[in-house]
Parts: sequence; structure tokens; C-alpha cells
Amino acid sequence: MTKTPLQFRHNGRDVAVFVDGGINLLVALRELIGDMTPKFGCGQGGCGACSVLIDGEVHLSCLTLAETVNGRSIETLDGLKDGPNLHPLQRAFMEQFAAQCGYCTPGMLMAAKALLDRNPSPTRAEVIEAISGNICRCTGYEPIINAVLTAATSGRARA
Amino acid sequence: MLELRKDIFADERDDNLKEIGKGTQRQDMLGHVTGTSTYFDDHKLQGMLHLKVLRSPHAHARLRRIDTMEAERSPGVRRIIRGADVPVNLNTLLSLINFGKDDEPSLAVDKVRYKGEPIVAIVADSPREAFEAMAKVRVDYEPLPAVFDVEDALKPGAPVVNDVYPKNTFVYHDVYDHQKLRFGDVERGFAEADHVLEQRYQMSPIEHAPTETNGSIAAPDTNGRYVVYTSTQALFFSLDTSAKILDVPSNTFHFIGGTVGGGFGGKVDTLTEPLAILGAMLTGRPVRYQLGREEEMQFGSPRGAERIYIKDGVMRDGRIVARKIRAYFDSGAYTRLSSYAVVKCVAHLPGPYTIPNVHGDVYCVFTNRTPATAMRGFGVTAMDFALECQMDKLAHLVGMDPMEFRILNAYRDGDMKAHRREAKNTALIECVQVAAEKAKWPLREEVKRMSSRKDGGGSRAAISPTPLEPAPQRAAVSQQRTSYDRAPPATIQQPSPPTPTPPAPPPPRPQAPSPSHGAARFSSVFGTRRR
Ligand code: FES
Ligand code: FES
Repeated sequence: MTKTPLQFRHNGRDVAVFVDGGINLLVALRELIGDMTPKFGCGQGGCGACSVLIDGEVHLSCLTLAETVNGRSIETLDGLKDGPNLHPLQRAFMEQFAAQCGYCTPGMLMAAKALLDRNPSPTRAEVIEAISGNICRCTGYEPIINAVLTAATSGRARA
Repeated sequence: MLELRKDIFADERDDNLKEIGKGTQRQDMLGHVTGTSTYFDDHKLQGMLHLKVLRSPHAHARLRRIDTMEAERSPGVRRIIRGADVPVNLNTLLSLINFGKDDEPSLAVDKVRYKGEPIVAIVADSPREAFEAMAKVRVDYEPLPAVFDVEDALKPGAPVVNDVYPKNTFVYHDVYDHQKLRFGDVERGFAEADHVLEQRYQMSPIEHAPTETNGSIAAPDTNGRYVVYTSTQALFFSLDTSAKILDVPSNTFHFIGGTVGGGFGGKVDTLTEPLAILGAMLTGRPVRYQLGREEEMQFGSPRGAERIYIKDGVMRDGRIVARKIRAYFDSGAYTRLSSYAVVKCVAHLPGPYTIPNVHGDVYCVFTNRTPATAMRGFGVTAMDFALECQMDKLAHLVGMDPMEFRILNAYRDGDMKAHRREAKNTALIECVQVAAEKAKWPLREEVKRMSSRKDGGGSRAAISPTPLEPAPQRAAVSQQRTSYDRAPPATIQQPSPPTPTPPAPPPPRPQAPSPSHGAARFSSVFGTRRR
């Protein structure tokens, strides 16, 4: 099968790979780039475990054809920390006990980051809306919502 | 006494174990928020192949012919695995503790018994090539009549789901088609009761829906062994089950797991490991077998459905004097863990209440549905739902407050339970009192003063006369021991008759080495005494 060359920014670094036609961004990230932070939960847009940011907007990588991200900028949980320092969202998720098995966490954090980047002071309703495409089967949503609100407050305090 | 050298770790931990009410961080939390927690699928191995499984579209059908010729020539295919390639193609999970007969193949050979049952496994260079080859497998099915309802499955002439259990019920102690509980005389209780209430309850199967689907990656290791990354909730259980199915010593495998993307009971069934390892053995390459979401729903076991009938006799003053329960657990097409769920359920009857006459019959029934398994409190959850609905209805019937009604009937220390064990460390009364307080639910002063530690025992400790029932005939052939159990069959212990004998020295324990694994922990399933 002929492969298509593909270049994009991955967490601020330029990467280039060759992909089979038809493969999705989730497979490209996990198997070709080696970034295991986006997770497979359903492969059909139902769970949000594979959420990543494309040019700052949250997308389901399992439903995104890899070839369509040529020249664009992808952010995943792997790039959320600032060097050794956790992002306010990561600290808030820890403090608020917002993860149990942790499988939904990468997607949750990316959906939350997309929200806070465009709206640093969201209301509770806006947080709920922002993570409404992400299923968590363990934790229950309250701690997650509280964590995002806490991160918003601490982020503002820092700024 | 075991001596603990705590001084060695004195500077690492203190002995203050007062943790309740404090938040304590999970040890894996940092990995979770940074995405570095490693799940089974986060292992990328050189030359890894992908395994996909062709599944039955029928709930019940004979397999007349399976033709894989064209699929074998499909691009990217490394190996097609059929039932005949599986060394021990019949297993039941609890055979590891010698409980139940082998009834479930890894890959169906002659019949399929539920929709989603695995038939052929395809190992290919990519998932896509595996799917393309799967479309080329030809299976000639002869659909058979199917049964989906637990009570229909017990009617004469019902289709036989699983030939290992021709009556469509699991067989306990080689004889019994259900688990019984007899304590006192319920019929006399109903005759004396002011009201009798009979109700039917039902619970559907429930899918665990873990966010990570079941899966595993198996790879040849450098030392002739196989390393297996797996999502299992029960690492050594899965390791031993794989060793049995593949007929090799269990030290052939190095299982690595522990980071599970949600399980809730749905990851104890060893659904993927044996075929992934077999794929690795047959190809000499790492093999990944991950369920898709649809497979997780269709093939991954749910919490089993239950149907429950409860008949209670209650006095005008609120005392329950008789409780009769008949329940059916839908095991689906194979046993997996439902036989054990039934044992747990019967051990829980009649709920946390002191009732002088109790009668329980609980069946583990086979139907042409997805086999059921463990899920958070299985065996007890649905029964408790039914019992507590019934308690509300009974309270209403006698015009009592439902909280007070529960306190009135609750076990107290010193009471006799229906299993002829004294109730100890009971706390239902206190639980209801606290729940009422938190819910600002008014309780009368005298009810608030009641205690689990007071007024138990005495007449409440009596075992009411229990009519004897004729015992069924033991089948001539003793229960088939599993092929895993290579030692000669142990002699079956007769449950001791319930005659009141003076306390004797404890009966001799089965001599070690016992042919079973961990049997002592589950001895209640054999009817032997547990201390
Ligand atoms: S894996 Fe993409 S939405 Fe579930
Ligand atoms: S923590 Fe398990 S799915 Fe959210």
C-alpha cells in the first residue's frame, strides 16, 4: 500500500511520518509517534478517551483521518506539563481526587484545557458542557467538574 | 504468634492507622494526570501482530462447516486459529478451585450457544488485514431453536443450551439442580400470618462498560517463556486459566498487569489472554488481542439477569414470620461465575433480618444469552433490591414507617440466622438510625433507643422445627473432574446431616496436599464446613 507523508507539530515539536491511507490520528499518534497518552475506548466517537487538541480545539482523534492534520498543531496530555511542573489542571485533578482508573483522564484533561484556554473563568454549566463528550465510568463527574473549576481559580490567581 | 520486625521500617511508617475521614492520595494518581500510567495497550512491541475473532451472528446454531481456505490466502494473514488448535478447548473458570464442569470452548467447534461466541481467530499484520480476511471465512450455520428466558429454559422440551448441563441448570454437589435454604416451616408461618404478600422482581443484565476494553498482548520472551501484558483484574487467576487452556506449566508465563482501565468485575474472565498467547506461540511474534467496543458489549460478560419471587408472611405488629424465595440467575450459555453467585445469594437470604421461617430455592440457569460474570456485589445486589422493595411494601401493608419496620425486624447480636449461625457484630439498627438522622427522617424515641446489642438472643436464638424433605438420588457417575485436575478425583464429602449431636471434636480436614487450588477459601461451595 502506498504511504502518504504527513508532517505536523506534536506538542510544539515538528514530526514527520508516513501513514497508510485511512488510518486515524489516534493510531498515528500511538503507533507511529509513540505518544500513548490518547486512549482507545471505542473508536467510534462515543467516549472521548482519545480527545486531543488540533489548533487549540478539542477533537476526537479516533474519528480524525490522520492525513487531515498535515501542517497543523496537535496537543496531547504528553505536552501538558511545563517541564517538571504540573499544569494547574493536573494539580487540581490530583487534589480533587478526579481520577480512579485514570483511563478517561487524558481526554478529560485535554477537553478541560481547551475550555480554559478560551475561557479562563468558566461557569459550572460551561465546565459540564465542555466535558460532556467524555465518559468516565469510575470517578463520577462531580470531582472532575470541581477540579476544572479549582484549576480555573488557581490559574487566574497565578496570572 | 508471628513476630513482625516493625523496627526495620520504623522510620518509613508509623502505626497510626487512623485513616477514616482523611483524604489519602492514590499512589497511581501522578501517573494518571500525566498520562504515564501504563495500560496493557501502551506496550509497543517490535513486529507485533493483531488478532481478531470471527463471532457467531446466531444465538444457537450447529456449525456444519467452517471454511478458512480463502481467508488463509488473504494478504497480511500470518495464522488462522481454529478450535482444534487450542490444546484444551474446554474450560470453566472455577475449575481452578474444582467447582463445576468444563463447559466453555475458547473457539466453538460443533455449536455456537450465544450471539458473539468466538469461532475462528485471525492473526494478521494489521487489524485491517485481519478484518479483511475475516470477511472471507465461510461458516455454514444450521440455526437451532434458542431460549432466552430463565423460566422457559426449565420447562420440559426447552432447547438444551449447553450439553454439559442437559437440564439447563448448574448441578451442585453432583445432585442438586439448585441451592436450597430451609429454616423452620414457612407454610406454618404463612398460616399464622395476618398478611401474606407475594411479589415478582426482575433485573436485566448490566454491562460494566469499562472505558478501556478487555485485551492483552502476548510476546515470546528471551528465555522461552511468554510475557503477557493484560487488562485482567485477576492476574494469577488469568495466568492459571491460560496455563490450563494451553496445557503448559504456569511458570511458562510472566503476566504483567495491575493498571486496569476500569473493571468492575468484567475483567476477571480471562477473555483474551489464552488466544493472544496461542497466537504468539504459533507465529513466534508478539500478538495483540483487544476487544472493540461492540465486542465488549456482546461477548464480554455482563452482570447476569435475575428473576426473583418473594412471598412473605407478616403480623399486624410488623414482625415478619415467614419468607419464601424462589430465584433464577441467568448464567447465559456458560457457567463463568454465575454458579458461585447463586451460592453467595443463598448465603445472604433472608437479608439482614431475623425471621423464624425461611425457605429459599435459587437456580443457576443456562440460556442462549451472553454468559454472565462478576460485577460489584454480584449474587447479592439484585436480591437486595428485591428484598428492600419488599420491605417497603410490607411496611406499607401493616401501616408502619419503613425505617422503623426495618429496625423492628433487624438481626441483633445473639439471634439465630437462617444458616444456623449466631448473628454477631450486627449493626443494621445503628445504620438505619444514622441514615434516618442524616435524612432528617423522624423516628419515635423508643425506636431511636433500640440497639443491635440489646434484646437479641433468647427466643430469637431458637431454631424452629424444620420439616425434612426427601433427598434426591445421587447420580451414579460422580461429577466429572476437570482435565486440569490431574490427580485422581477426591472422594466427595457428604454434607453432614442436620441432627443435633453434642459438640464433637472438629471433623478431620481434607489431607494436604489437596488436588484443588485455594479450595479452603471457597469451601462453602463444596458444602464442607468453614471455620
Ligand atoms: S476512542 Fe475516540 S471517542 Fe472513544
Ligand atoms: S477514572 Fe476510570 S473512566 Fe474515569
